Amino acid sequence: MSTTSKTTVPEEHPIAPFLRMDRMPHIWCPTCGIGTIVKCFATALDESDIDLDKTAIVSGIGCTGRVAGYMNLDAFHSTHGRAIPFATGLKLGRPELQVVVFSGDGDLSGIGGNHFIHAARRNMDILVILVNNFIYGMTGGQNAPTTPLTARSSTMPFGNYERPFNLPHLAQSCGASFVARWTCLHIRRLTKCIRMALRHKGFRFIEVIAPCSTLYARLNRLGSGLDLMRFYHDEAEIRHGADTREVDIGFQDRIICGNFVDEERPTFLDMMHSHYEGVLGDRYMPMGPEGGWIHD
Amino acid sequence: MRYWRKPLDIDQVTVPHGRVVIIADRCKGCGFCVEYCPKDVLVMSEDFNRKGYHPPEVVKDGECVNCNLCEMICPDFAIFCVAADDEEAAAAIAARSASDEEGQGGPN
Amino acid sequence: MAAGCRFVAGYPITPSTEVVERISQRFPMIGGTFIQMEDELASMAAVAGGAWTGTKCMTVTSGPGFSLMMENIGLATMMETPCVVVNVQRGGPSTGLPTMVGQADMMQARWGSHGDYELIALCPQSPQEAFDLTIDAFNLSETWRVPVMFMMDECVGHMTEKVVIPPADEIDVVPRVLSKKKPGEYLPYAVNGRPVPEFVRAGDGYRFHTTGLTHDERGYPVMSAECQETNVHRLMDKIRLNAADIIRIEEEDVEGADVVVVAYGITARVARMGIELARAEGVKVGFLRLIVVWPFPEERIRELAKKVKAFVVPEINYGQMVLEVERCAGGQAPAILVPHGGGGVHDPADICQAIVEAAR
Repeated sequence: MSTTSKTTVPEEHPIAPFLRMDRMPHIWCPTCGIGTIVKCFATALDESDIDLDKTAIVSGIGCTGRVAGYMNLDAFHSTHGRAIPFATGLKLGRPELQVVVFSGDGDLSGIGGNHFIHAARRNMDILVILVNNFIYGMTGGQNAPTTPLTARSSTMPFGNYERPFNLPHLAQSCGASFVARWTCLHIRRLTKCIRMALRHKGFRFIEVIAPCSTLYARLNRLGSGLDLMRFYHDEAEIRHGADTREVDIGFQDRIICGNFVDEERPTFLDMMHSHYEGVLGDRYMPMGPEGGWIHD
Repeated sequence: MRYWRKPLDIDQVTVPHGRVVIIADRCKGCGFCVEYCPKDVLVMSEDFNRKGYHPPEVVKDGECVNCNLCEMICPDFAIFCVAADDEEAAAAIAARSASDEEGQGGPN
Repeated sequence: MAAGCRFVAGYPITPSTEVVERISQRFPMIGGTFIQMEDELASMAAVAGGAWTGTKCMTVTSGPGFSLMMENIGLATMMETPCVVVNVQRGGPSTGLPTMVGQADMMQARWGSHGDYELIALCPQSPQEAFDLTIDAFNLSETWRVPVMFMMDECVGHMTEKVVIPPADEIDVVPRVLSKKKPGEYLPYAVNGRPVPEFVRAGDGYRFHTTGLTHDERGYPVMSAECQETNVHRLMDKIRLNAADIIRIEEEDVEGADVVVVAYGITARVARMGIELARAEGVKVGFLRLIVVWPFPEERIRELAKKVKAFVVPEINYGQMVLEVERCAGGQAPAILVPHGGGGVHDPADICQAIVEAAR
């Protein structure tokens, strides 16, 4: 017997103001973890007291790439792999924006790998939430740069023999100043991590492991997304500050989560401003935080 | 909920109460809420929603502690909790145990 | 800079690198930001994103980089993002002749990205035009909310000539105009009978959504043939139906001419020499210079085709704009190509010879 009297109880989900409810229900599969991560992100925005009008979200292509389309923020659905440079353009064109990139593992570390490493190197002030489901989901389950060894995918039908990325290590070694990994089961810690990241300045990278039921789980006979969540429950280990060289993920192996890197370091714009001020002195005229829009 | 030892201040802690609200037509029957509710308040129902999925239903009315885990973990924004006061929760528990007794005293 | 551009994302490539080098020196003094991105794909993506902050944006490249930018140029046409892409053409294909002239990207400027779209391309013939037409390129981009391809070539790019820069108040600049509607009323792609939707900036509270997917007025993706028709057809008509306002050509002695030479860029200057030589031999030659290359001046060519014996099209490629001339002439007058593979400019005598033969 289910609940409620409609007179005292709200009819709509409390997170609705952060979402484009006119596009619900969303396209993600049953037991897909992306919706949970979006909920955590929206909750973090809610709890963070940041100016949502000045927050922009950019997604690439893929299942996670659809996130921008469901968020009630200035949202951009750009081309495959190019969410990070697109976000860079937004940030540099109007530095007061808080720019979030929300995209998948194939999009950001495959085709977008080059942009990922350079934005991390520059400590570009953007928050990157990478949803890692170990596969290219939207296009039918192809091998991704994060697919663990021996896992099956549609382009590696006999099992993957390519060594995958260790993304937190990649981000840290390129110069990211905030690196964390959680699974979508760690709802509260992930929300808290996103809140911390929203306050942090610089290249912030949060990898979130999520189940892909229709492709990854099915092709590897792992059950449904719920079975994968149970797996995360059993095999995730929280090790804050772990050495990122040791957090690689094997097939159905332990997943090390935690906040690995949290450093204060000057961002790309900080370095640009302080350098030009030093070298050019009074001749330097920086673009203001409101951006480069010229108007009377 | 299982404790590995009894908390020393268990008498002083006020347990909150909540009521679960389910937006059935948005549910995709993933089962996360059922699996992870700490009070096991939910089960997957036998009903169908408009899209053919089985949404969850509350079976332990009154035992929800408003922890919001279901609200956080649902990928489809189809379930959330609101605070309920103690009397409501007590009444719901009483109503449930009454109907359980009736059920036991049924056709036998 | 005179046009109000304040964000440039670029990547070095010969022979365009001097532009970004100069920009990197000047932008810190004028409140602009220049970033050298990691590749041309990133440069174009950054420009496509930066434009949504209300800032006028530009990127600069040459042939190989132009090829890399194509996907995001398509994104800019679909999102209707104003921006300018400068291509200082060099010999191609592939790595080609990095330090030497070519004009072989003209078709690519129009058809380079996949799918149906229309955009605007301009072609300067001198450093003075490189100044003046860049301002026009930005203005056209703002007016029509379309990426504008600025097709320079290595010769014009490396030329040194006097450039007169007028005082700022004499330069006509079309500013970025923002919608006056309130959030909630505003729809990103609603046109209400006008050719171009209204623009807003990210960060002003409009909470809009835009995508490279086929979308409706709200900017939400809709996967249907009807939406494709509404969306993409409007993008095509935006330029096609307003071509008369966009097209710009320069004509000399076309009335009564037997042969009309059609040329653009550096070849226009060489062609004038060839025309003089031909006139000295008694041929009545007219000259039509393409300033705005795309949209192509179809009507004018069609008109002239009825009156002239032939068109002569010298270009530093093996036949690109000549195909357009031929198409528009509709068989009424032949279009004769004077090709050049690149690496140098035509010999005016060759152009003269082609003109003289065409006149027979």
